[in-house]
Amino acid sequence: MELNCNCIEPHLPPDDLLMKYQYISDFFIALAYFSIPLELIYFVKKSAVFPYRWVLVQFGAFIVLCGATHLINLWTFTIHSRTVAMVMTTAKVLTAVVSCATALMLVHIIPDLLSVKTRELFLKNKAAELDREMGLIRTQEETGRHVRMLTHEIRSTLDRHTILKTTLVELGRTLGLEECALWMPTRTGLELQLSYTLRQQNPVGYTVPIHLPVINQVFSSSRAVKISPNCPLARLRPAGKYMPGEVVAVRVPLLHLTNFQINDWPELSTKRYALMVLMLPSDSARQWHVHELELVEVVADQVAVALSHAAILEESMRARDLLMEQNVALDLARREAETAIRARNDFLAVMNHEMRTPMHAIIALSSLLQETELTPEQRLMVETILKSSNLLATLINDVLDLSRLEDGSLQLDVATFNLYAVFREVLNLIKPIPSVKKLHVSLNLAPDLPEFAIGDDKRLMQTILNVVGNAVKFSKEGSISITAFVAKPESLRDPRAPEFFPVPSDNHFYLRVQVKDSGSGISPQDIPKLFTKFAQNQAPTRNSGGSGLGLAICKRFVNLMDGHIWIESEGLGKGCTAIFIVKLGIPERWNESKIPFMPKASTNHGQTAFPGLKVLVMDENGVSRMVTKGLLVHLGCDVTMVSSIEECLRVVSHEHKVVLMDVCVPGMDGYEIAVRIHEKFPKRHERPLIVALTGNTDKVTKENCMRVGMDGVILKPVSLDKMRSVLSDLLEHRVLFEAI
Amino acid sequence: MDRNRLQHQVACMRRSLFDQGYLDEQFIQLEELQDDANPNFVQEIVTLFYTDSARLIQSIEQALNSRPIDFSKLDDYMHQFKGSSSSIGAKKVTSECTVFREYCRAENAEGCIRSFQQVKQEYAILRRKLEVYFQMVRQAAVAHTA
Repeated sequence: MELNCNCIEPHLPPDDLLMKYQYISDFFIALAYFSIPLELIYFVKKSAVFPYRWVLVQFGAFIVLCGATHLINLWTFTIHSRTVAMVMTTAKVLTAVVSCATALMLVHIIPDLLSVKTRELFLKNKAAELDREMGLIRTQEETGRHVRMLTHEIRSTLDRHTILKTTLVELGRTLGLEECALWMPTRTGLELQLSYTLRQQNPVGYTVPIHLPVINQVFSSSRAVKISPNCPLARLRPAGKYMPGEVVAVRVPLLHLTNFQINDWPELSTKRYALMVLMLPSDSARQWHVHELELVEVVADQVAVALSHAAILEESMRARDLLMEQNVALDLARREAETAIRARNDFLAVMNHEMRTPMHAIIALSSLLQETELTPEQRLMVETILKSSNLLATLINDVLDLSRLEDGSLQLDVATFNLYAVFREVLNLIKPIPSVKKLHVSLNLAPDLPEFAIGDDKRLMQTILNVVGNAVKFSKEGSISITAFVAKPESLRDPRAPEFFPVPSDNHFYLRVQVKDSGSGISPQDIPKLFTKFAQNQAPTRNSGGSGLGLAICKRFVNLMDGHIWIESEGLGKGCTAIFIVKLGIPERWNESKIPFMPKASTNHGQTAFPGLKVLVMDENGVSRMVTKGLLVHLGCDVTMVSSIEECLRVVSHEHKVVLMDVCVPGMDGYEIAVRIHEKFPKRHERPLIVALTGNTDKVTKENCMRVGMDGVILKPVSLDKMRSVLSDLLEHRVLFEAI
Repeated sequence: MDRNRLQHQVACMRRSLFDQGYLDEQFIQLEELQDDANPNFVQEIVTLFYTDSARLIQSIEQALNSRPIDFSKLDDYMHQFKGSSSSIGAKKVTSECTVFREYCRAENAEGCIRSFQQVKQEYAILRRKLEVYFQMVRQAAVAHTA
């Protein structure tokens, strides 16, 4: 068809050019198609994970087949044979199949692939978050370490200043602070004073009134509070042109010793706080992080505790120092007192003698003078001298007695004495005065009053004399009656003296003496003063001739005798009764023999040493039996004689105090008795003392005696003196083994 | 005889008894025991001694004559005799008793018999002397009161 074509005729036929381009394009497409799967395989092999390998194969197959198709297309441009057409068709069919399959599969795979991407994003986010948290934990742990270290530093010292200084230094270091300061409340509690700073060595005493709102804000919360850098608390550094860093303030409770109760933990509602101010470096963009604030709060608490410990320690050291001082002072005072007492005693001892000697001379000589020829005026003068010097002597005696009584150096001279005689003596001494005054004195001694008693008769007499003397002195007329009887235990308790608790016992009795007068009496309010030293009644009619010591001394004596003295009076003008009770001993039976009034006369040699002592004598030998009996009878014993063992055992009883037996019998039977007696009287206090009389001078005998339980061995022959001493030793010590 | 002379005689005899060793300390002890309550204490004891000794001597003689000699029984008797004589202070008699006891323990019959003779002899002498002594004492006492 060359006619229908109006085309320009190039030097190449137009169909040939197009064909050529198509040819080239197909060739390149095929090339691409073949190289893509190769690239895929290569890179997949390189990568470790790729979940869809078989997809890749599929894809590869698809691409390869497409490439094959295009390749085969190269032969279809020219007339081609049927085989090529067949191959072409097969290739195209296969390609179609695979591509459709791939297309179908991609529907599933592409969403998956896309989701991988989202997962990756998610994981990346998570990783970032974890990183952040990790950073946080690390900082927290570091904070914890810092706190521990700080606490350790703070608590390792008990010195307040070191604690505070260390706190500031360590905090400054840990948190990288520019400035750190502590404001303490002043003594008055109205201001806060700058006490410690980190950078400045000697903080000048800035003070800030305590009632600023910012301070209240800080005090009212237990957390660290951010405050403005411009407030007076934070104006610690010289103002620069730089931006000041953030400032935080926290309260530090100042715990007092009294906050710590035993069972309560201290409540933190104490009133006193100190304030810690922390400043971040200026011009850094740093901000206070939460963990840093927590650190600050924890440190503040630790500081509080450390301070309280330091305070407690200071307190206790102060107390100890105080005690030591007091101790020293007390010691000194005691020594001074002792010196004073010694000085006084020395003085008294000297004055005692020195004062009495001239007194004695005066009294003696004046009384001698009285005996001589004197004119009436002279006699009057001498009498006055005598009276005055007697008074003075009494005064001296009283004073010396009282001072001895007071420091307890006075001791009673306890002896047996005649009680009736004491009363008679008193009566005799006092008789002249009442007879002059026309007073009637009567003495009434109870019949059950023992004649003899054990006590200090001189002091008792002094007491009675004083009391009766007072009665006489303060009565102008009337009668004075003295009664003495044995006080019954019930009547001994005086409601006025609850501490006087007499204990009745077997060998003591309580003597009660009442002296009743009809004199001027005493008003009830004056009664307590009576027994005080040097206190005298102010009654106008009083003839105050005494020193006022008499009753005080009586009271002391009565107290020494475990007794009690008091005065009863119904009032002025109604007379008074003086009553005292003293404890006296009852002489025992034994002591009766020592009293010279005993009527029993002693025998020849002056000593019935063992009156009525029942002794059992066992001796087979009649003569020596008689001799022993004679000895014992001479000593006053009541002797029973037996001549055989059976008789001895029959007769012996608990009345016999001693059994003397002759053990010279060679048959050794004597020892049997001891055993039998031990059996008969198992109780020691019922058993008689068993004593062996033997002429054997060997140790064997002695050992045998001891073995069978004898209480003593005496060697024959026994003299009177020996028997006497042996018996007395025996009875005293209950055992006697003569040295053989 | 007048009182003084009698007393003097009594004193002489007494002293000689002591000097010649017939009596010892124990006798003085007995005398000390004599007082107004027991005026004849010593004489009573001595009389008792005579009775006791007579009995004992007889027993010993019997024992010595019996065959075989029972030495333990002899020792028994002699022990008692010795006890009595030492109780009144008969010095020589006591020492002879001791000798006898030695022989007895040695079971020497010859020695026993020999020493027993001694014992009897001493006893007889002492008894005679004491009887004379106490007679004089009694006379002196009577003369005193007269």
